[in-house]
Amino acid sequence: MRPDDYKYSETHEWIKYNPKTKEAVIGITDYAVKQLSDLVHLDLPKVGDNLEQGAPFGEIESVKTVADLVAPLSGKVLEINKEISGDLDTLKEEPFEDGWLIKMKPSDSSELESLMTKKEYEEFLESAEEEHQEKKKEETEEVDEDDFV
Amino acid sequence: MTTGKPQRTPLYDAHVRAKARIVDFHGWEMPIQYSGIVEEHTAVRTRAGLFDLSHMGRVHVRGKDRRAFLQKILTVDVDKVAPGRCRYTFFLTEKGTVIDDLIFTAGADEDLLVVNASNREKDLAWMRDHLQGQVEIIDRTFEVALLAVQGPQSLETIRKALGADPGSLKYYTYGTFGPSPRLGEGSGLASGEFGYSRTGYTGEDGFEIYVPASRATAVWDRLLGTGVPPVGLGARDTLRTEAGMPLYGNDIDDTTTPLEAGLGFAVELDKPPFLGQEALRAQRDPPRRLAGFVLETKRSPRHGYDVYHASQKVGTVTSGTYSPTLEKSIALAYVPRELRKPGEPFEIDVRGRREPATVVKLPFYRRATQNS
Repeated sequence: MRPDDYKYSETHEWIKYNPKTKEAVIGITDYAVKQLSDLVHLDLPKVGDNLEQGAPFGEIESVKTVADLVAPLSGKVLEINKEISGDLDTLKEEPFEDGWLIKMKPSDSSELESLMTKKEYEEFLESAEEEHQEKKKEETEEVDEDDFV
Repeated sequence: MTTGKPQRTPLYDAHVRAKARIVDFHGWEMPIQYSGIVEEHTAVRTRAGLFDLSHMGRVHVRGKDRRAFLQKILTVDVDKVAPGRCRYTFFLTEKGTVIDDLIFTAGADEDLLVVNASNREKDLAWMRDHLQGQVEIIDRTFEVALLAVQGPQSLETIRKALGADPGSLKYYTYGTFGPSPRLGEGSGLASGEFGYSRTGYTGEDGFEIYVPASRATAVWDRLLGTGVPPVGLGARDTLRTEAGMPLYGNDIDDTTTPLEAGLGFAVELDKPPFLGQEALRAQRDPPRRLAGFVLETKRSPRHGYDVYHASQKVGTVTSGTYSPTLEKSIALAYVPRELRKPGEPFEIDVRGRREPATVVKLPFYRRATQNS
């Protein structure tokens, strides 16, 4: 499902960059959508807004939690997906196509290098999951030792 | 004294098998959701849902002086509660503020108090501090599993799964019912009766089921076998908020009285002396009252968000959530009593944006027919 030719960020945005038009389409990955589940609201920026790499550019809310959308690139917002706010289910079904969020013009194409390939993103997800399991295991083990004191 | 190790109910493995998302809930590893909060919420409102509530404290009280003791520490007249009847009530401080909200069930030789998981240890210590006479306090939380089936099809679900028929129970009563002999052999439920109370925290018809811990998984699996979905704490919260039911720690705590929270029906001010009575008598018309708000947005207000009236901050949100039934967000907050009028316009600051909010009469949701 995850397109091979997209780039990915650690905060689970995907980026489809067209080197000919020098425009980028941005969305969030299936992983982010799954983590959130039960989406109820989406806040997108306005056309013309200036984004800064690493800064929040919107909000996505589920029944239990709110997450920032984090700009993977700096640049100007050219277009926003007006349909998506009224149809958040699209993000569940088509996060990489119909589920696009914004189109922008990156102001610094060298920032693209800081993004991950699909392979790197999937490795990143695996190691994040492992870390999470290790942490849980550690917590349980620590406590077991105390019980013997 | 706790070791800090998270507790698990007898159904933990069942939750893992059902692919639950598990979180730490006041020291218990509990399922927050399985298929999704909105889906689980909707199942309870339209059909039925299955809950594991075994983390809740089940405190039994025995002894010849137990009624005198309970009369002193509870806000309802325990002598007037017939065996098998359940009453919503409180433990109060001397100031009349809430230590816990709980359900008291009158028994023949043993009375039952079901208390919040988050307060179990605090409650037990407090009860022991106020002990008088020949009274035994027994914490059966770990011996007995507590399950719940809630929703319009809950009775059908229980009949099908367990061959028991608690349909004769009136709302807020308790009884024991056994599985039918037809279901007995090989079902793991052959012997014994389970306790059922027609109570719940969802605003739907439903039953809470008391099962020995060793039988919990068998009962859970049989219920699941009817197709009823498991429901986690996430949907439990959206359901109870829609039903206008308070959550200790959010809407009520040791800074609020039951009268301010609109829960005076659970306080019998004129019964024999009880802890907190004098303070409540002095508070006949509290200056602030808990109010319900509906917002036009789906962005959710959360505990602590500021509430404004005519541009002045007048309170903070105690509970807030997206309401799957209303498809809007809802909130509870204490506001000056004169402003608590249905239709009165307010604003709630939701993460930097002031969202319009209107007072509504509680509950936000009421089911079609009430079994009484």
